Amino acid sequence: MHKEPVAVVGVGQTKHVAARHDVSLAGLVREAAVRALEDAGLTWPDVDAVVIGKAPDFFEGVMMPELYLADALGAVGKPMLRVHTAGSVGGSTALVAANLVAARVHRTVLTLAFEKQSESNAMWGLSLPVPFQQPLLAGAGGFFAPHVRAYMHRTGAPDHIGSLVAYKDRRNALKNPYAHLHEKDLTLEKVRSSPMLWDPIRYSETCPSSDGACAMVLTDRDGARGAAGRPAWVHGGAMRSEPTLFAGKDAVSPRAGSDCAADVYRQARITDPRREIDAVEMYVPFSWYEPMWLENLGFAKEGEGWRMTESGATELDGDLPVNPSGGVLSTNPIGASGMLRFAEAALQVRGMAGEHQVEGARRALGHAYGGGSQFFSMWLVADTPPAS
Amino acid sequence: MTSPGEVAVVAFAQTRHVRAADDVSEVEMLMPVLREVLDQTGLSAGEIGFTCSGSCDYLAGRAFSFTMALDGVGAWPPISESHVEMDGAWALYEAWVKILTGEAETALVYSYGKSSPGDLPEVLTRQLDPYYVAPLWPDSVSLAALQARALLDAGETDERELAGIAARSREAGADNPRAQLRGSAPAEALLEGGYLAEPLRMHDVPPVTDGAAAVVLAAGDTARLLAARPAWIRGMDHRIEAHSLGVRDLTDSPSTRLAAERAGLFDASAPPPDTAELHAPFTSQEVVLRKALRLGGETVINPSGGPLAANPVMAAGLIRIGEAAARISRGESRRAVAHATSGPCLQQNLVAVLESDHSDNATQGEAGQDDATQDDAAQGEPA
Repeated sequence: MHKEPVAVVGVGQTKHVAARHDVSLAGLVREAAVRALEDAGLTWPDVDAVVIGKAPDFFEGVMMPELYLADALGAVGKPMLRVHTAGSVGGSTALVAANLVAARVHRTVLTLAFEKQSESNAMWGLSLPVPFQQPLLAGAGGFFAPHVRAYMHRTGAPDHIGSLVAYKDRRNALKNPYAHLHEKDLTLEKVRSSPMLWDPIRYSETCPSSDGACAMVLTDRDGARGAAGRPAWVHGGAMRSEPTLFAGKDAVSPRAGSDCAADVYRQARITDPRREIDAVEMYVPFSWYEPMWLENLGFAKEGEGWRMTESGATELDGDLPVNPSGGVLSTNPIGASGMLRFAEAALQVRGMAGEHQVEGARRALGHAYGGGSQFFSMWLVADTPPAS
Repeated sequence: MTSPGEVAVVAFAQTRHVRAADDVSEVEMLMPVLREVLDQTGLSAGEIGFTCSGSCDYLAGRAFSFTMALDGVGAWPPISESHVEMDGAWALYEAWVKILTGEAETALVYSYGKSSPGDLPEVLTRQLDPYYVAPLWPDSVSLAALQARALLDAGETDERELAGIAARSREAGADNPRAQLRGSAPAEALLEGGYLAEPLRMHDVPPVTDGAAAVVLAAGDTARLLAARPAWIRGMDHRIEAHSLGVRDLTDSPSTRLAAERAGLFDASAPPPDTAELHAPFTSQEVVLRKALRLGGETVINPSGGPLAANPVMAAGLIRIGEAAARISRGESRRAVAHATSGPCLQQNLVAVLESDHSDNATQGEAGQDDATQDDAAQGEPA
């Protein structure tokens, strides 16, 4: 017996901003959930289970927030599961929810991820000292910069590639009303001349800290038939993990990432991702990660990712648009960032991405990663159901 | 795809639980348990189809503490892996669902908690409403005392019964080499002690514990290959209730009852469970759970000693499933119920129904038809 096909029939997100002083944590998640239900044409009683995700509890100072959020998410009397797989959590959460439908344990599942970074300090949350371990170099930028430098050294990528990505993503964000950063007067020159934070990563090549939430309604074949709008169908989904640090690790192109992508492509019967995939939402918190992930995910040959970026192929009107929504570089509520990638992929194949719609997108990849480039989750969605 | 009744617990391991594992890190505490549970099946980490863990950063006092634990698993080449910031019982639930999709044939589930570095009742206050309640720091023992008071006022139990639960649990723990508290003074003597948070005395409260546990799950024939007596998970479900204590009836647990119903515990065609492993950290909570699960005298409750004998936060729920499964694997139980809880005063509850092969009639293939018929007849016999 095959798995039940899984459809995305509702997507909702908040307008992401630096600080949502007007809502509590509960108010924030409720907003995204209500929008996802409205999109699906469903109401709270239609939801059989709730699966939520977020990055470390320390980011808001609430331990196991699913307990407190049960009421706000209509979960009372229902199963509620809380996933936490570092930065990849938004994607992992969606996959856990999808599995509940695929396994026919539940028919319709609400999945949601959030971060309200303004209620605490993410840098602090990531920098708590641990006995016998190296301190985490003041946040994520310090950890990832050497790997970017290694990528440049390995591939001969010129200095300006990172700026191209940031300039592209921030321009895409102008077309996305939910994106946090709307830098209307940004120029490539401004990106290039922004202050150097962690060499070679400049200020304008880093993600912001956002408050925000993203929700999706997933359902089975029957549920999709009755949905209000066009569904996006899940054709493949996978998670892979590897250790943070060890001698054999390739931090530039982690094997967990390429294995995860290969698994997704196998499930979706994709043999040539560059040609067969129409849009990609990848987790690019620092601009240089676009060319790095293009290689890791099989869209470019090893060492060629930066050339693909430089050629303009990843622009909104290129042959493989990457991060049409503006990506993590424009919006980063950490725990929700992965789910936003998955949700944007769904919006693209549903033809509901508005001004940042990729013309004729039929297959889209959502990608998330976390930890020290060690946790990966991805899914591939399409506008037609998977062949049974 | 696998059917729900065709997934089994095939191996279980746990630490020897202690008040403070000062000499080891979380990973060092966990690694022998991972080794032990894999050795029981002969599988290596790389042969496992899916890995899932449960833990909580607030115990270690740092973000991403689970990433170090993953290093301990030996996740190279990369593995299919996930993590829940909940008790390991919910990690087991995620792994069970993964096997049901047919994407994995086996799963490794583990969880761990070192409560000793902080003041656990104070740490747990961070689970409460962050705006109105948590700033008042109401600790977990005081909240459990509210629940116990409600039960006493409703005439659902009395202090003597609670002392009896404590004494019975810790006496049972004496037979469990992994338990932290082993043996107890008689209930009468316990009642002479002073109150910790009225009406709870020291004996009503779980010990603060450091510990870890791991389980291996497998589907169908793989389970039969890996274990002589797999403990089949016939059903599993979990439910959550409202967060605010003021809007719930603390003397009842409708979420436990609903989860049990959905897990098939009340199936009229099946006998009542002979074993119950209940995650009731406080004596009074066992009273609530017994009622919700409709447990009577035919069910042995917490033969392992339960969380009153050892309560490693984040692992205590997974241990209930492991202990129930181990009893089935040892031939001491035919049908068992395992329960896990999370949140203040039993807010969230998970129920799993486990059975031995002897009553395996619904899920066998046609080849097993004759056996199944015999097993039907055997169901009426006392376990």
